[in-house]
Amino acid sequence: MHQNASSFLEKSEKKAGDLGHRQTINFNIGKYNTAVKAGKQQFADLTTARERAKNIKWRALDNLDKHLEEFEQNLTKRGGKVIWAENAQQALDEILAICKAKQCKSIVKSKSMATEEVHLNSFLAKHDIECVETDLGEYIQQLDGEPPYHIVTPAMHKSKEDVARLFAEKLGTPPDLTPQQLTLVAREKLRQKYLDAEIGITGANFIIADIGGVAVTENEGNARLSTAFPKTHIVLVGIEKMLPSINDLALFWPLLATYGTGQNVTVYNSIFSGPRQEGETDGPEEMYVILMDNGRTNILMDTEARESLYCIRCGSCLNACPVYKNIGGHSYGTTYSGPIGSVITPHLRGMESYIHLSYASSLCGNCTEVCPVRINIHELLLHNRHKAVEENYTSGGEKMSWFGWKQASLSRRMMNLVSGNVKNLFMKKFFAKAWGDDRELPVFASKSFNQLWKERRK
Amino acid sequence: MSSREQILAAIKRNQPEQQELPVLDSFRHTEAGDPAAFRKVVETLGGQVYEITSYTEIQPLVAEHYTDVTRVVSIRPEYFPGAITGWQEGDGRQLEQVDLAIIPGQLGVAENGAIWITEQEIEVRVLPFITQHLAIVLPRTEILPTMHDAYARIWSPSAGFGVFIAGPSKTADIEQSLVLGAHGAKSLTVFLIG
Repeated sequence: MHQNASSFLEKSEKKAGDLGHRQTINFNIGKYNTAVKAGKQQFADLTTARERAKNIKWRALDNLDKHLEEFEQNLTKRGGKVIWAENAQQALDEILAICKAKQCKSIVKSKSMATEEVHLNSFLAKHDIECVETDLGEYIQQLDGEPPYHIVTPAMHKSKEDVARLFAEKLGTPPDLTPQQLTLVAREKLRQKYLDAEIGITGANFIIADIGGVAVTENEGNARLSTAFPKTHIVLVGIEKMLPSINDLALFWPLLATYGTGQNVTVYNSIFSGPRQEGETDGPEEMYVILMDNGRTNILMDTEARESLYCIRCGSCLNACPVYKNIGGHSYGTTYSGPIGSVITPHLRGMESYIHLSYASSLCGNCTEVCPVRINIHELLLHNRHKAVEENYTSGGEKMSWFGWKQASLSRRMMNLVSGNVKNLFMKKFFAKAWGDDRELPVFASKSFNQLWKERRK
Repeated sequence: MSSREQILAAIKRNQPEQQELPVLDSFRHTEAGDPAAFRKVVETLGGQVYEITSYTEIQPLVAEHYTDVTRVVSIRPEYFPGAITGWQEGDGRQLEQVDLAIIPGQLGVAENGAIWITEQEIEVRVLPFITQHLAIVLPRTEILPTMHDAYARIWSPSAGFGVFIAGPSKTADIEQSLVLGAHGAKSLTVFLIG
């Protein structure tokens, strides 16, 4: 077994038994569920809205090369610079080169999964550049030295008491602050950071081909402030975040808001289509957009898994997943956790190291049910398993077991050869481990149906 | 090959064949948006809405409802006579101490309370975000039913920055408890005029 897989199993086992963790997660997801139910009321015809969203993303990927060129052309026209990065290292090198050219020592960053994917903060720290997270949840996680626990709600696993204790320990605040007071502390600490930083980094929720724009949605205002005073704005974004037209946002803003947090629409929905123009008084002097592949064209190549690139990172499949709710976001050991993470990570980072995630599912289908762009998530998990077998990533023992099982099951003679007790022994010997410690093995009746039938007919 | 060519080649090699997709009708409306519905949504977002018939009503309402406001920036002098002047000078940092900014909105969306703002009317991009409190003056006639109707109207090729603002800044990152006033404006007031 790959060491990622064994560490995943070990962590999952531990978290699944952690009742405090389960209580916090259930509480938070419960609140999310109530909000989403209310948010969905804004859609007159939700099924059509989701179908349309899927079609738009489908169309965007059909013409991805043309859209990317169109985006580049339009952004460049207004003075923005487009950089292409094939992998994480190239993206990091490009960012470092910009930092060096600007003699940058301090960066403010708003929430971005793409920067998590390339581990930007630790890379910059190695080069003595401070990169401060400005989204409250990410700020909490950075203070605690942990990666985000959830795509949308980075500190979902922490109770308000946990956060108050963390602030007391790291920032010297009183240990019993309320969420209101804690938010105010972060607001005041970060206001100074926005004013001082040389560079602001954001991700993008969408990139828009027809206007060459970068669309960013947020509730807090931190992304806007991160891109207000620094002279340079860098956007790191995966190439699949493409929408063909600005008009598509009319559907995608509300859809992302509702499925992400249950809101009708998020507080600030900004579109950046270039740096400060002549005659404008503020805003960054330079804007760089780094278009990152980092394994995404591998997914595009796989005709089945391709639709996982429609994902808008709302996090609803995480909240719906019985596995996620029990083992939590950190057990996955990946940037993208939950069902969608289990689908894409083996393609992004290698089948051998991450295929085990595709098995961490009961295939209940709830993820597919709640996906706003109707990705067949659970079927893609099955597809990954199938691919793992075809490409020989499964163990010899497993192949042997299935071969034996198939031979026996297809042969009436072999099925009748031994009694139920012998079959039970066989199950215990060969399948008990895979079946798991926490559930009982199925028991064969001492007489098979076939035998009972024969006896009755005598 | 450069990274650009590598990536584009990989996409071209792997992207799907064009397929006919079903046509799904647009959600666009022809009737005007309902100001009462707009008001209700803005209030649930944590904002206040005042319906006024003249700009002269703004100043007394501000005096009545804000107790902690002394430095006021007003995009148009008629909104708030006596507001700070010369606030446009500088790189935006000069606005850090502003208590209240009163700005015009281009249009509002009845279904979700979002108001469309571009840098053309706010002059300084950071103003609505750095101010402690934000007020938006919006004509009643510029309320549209849905986001789809709004997008049919908003973008012009010369615009560099635009934003939909729906309510005051907020966060629920700590145990999903809603806190108004995260990093942006702590409160939002909408003056519906007409």
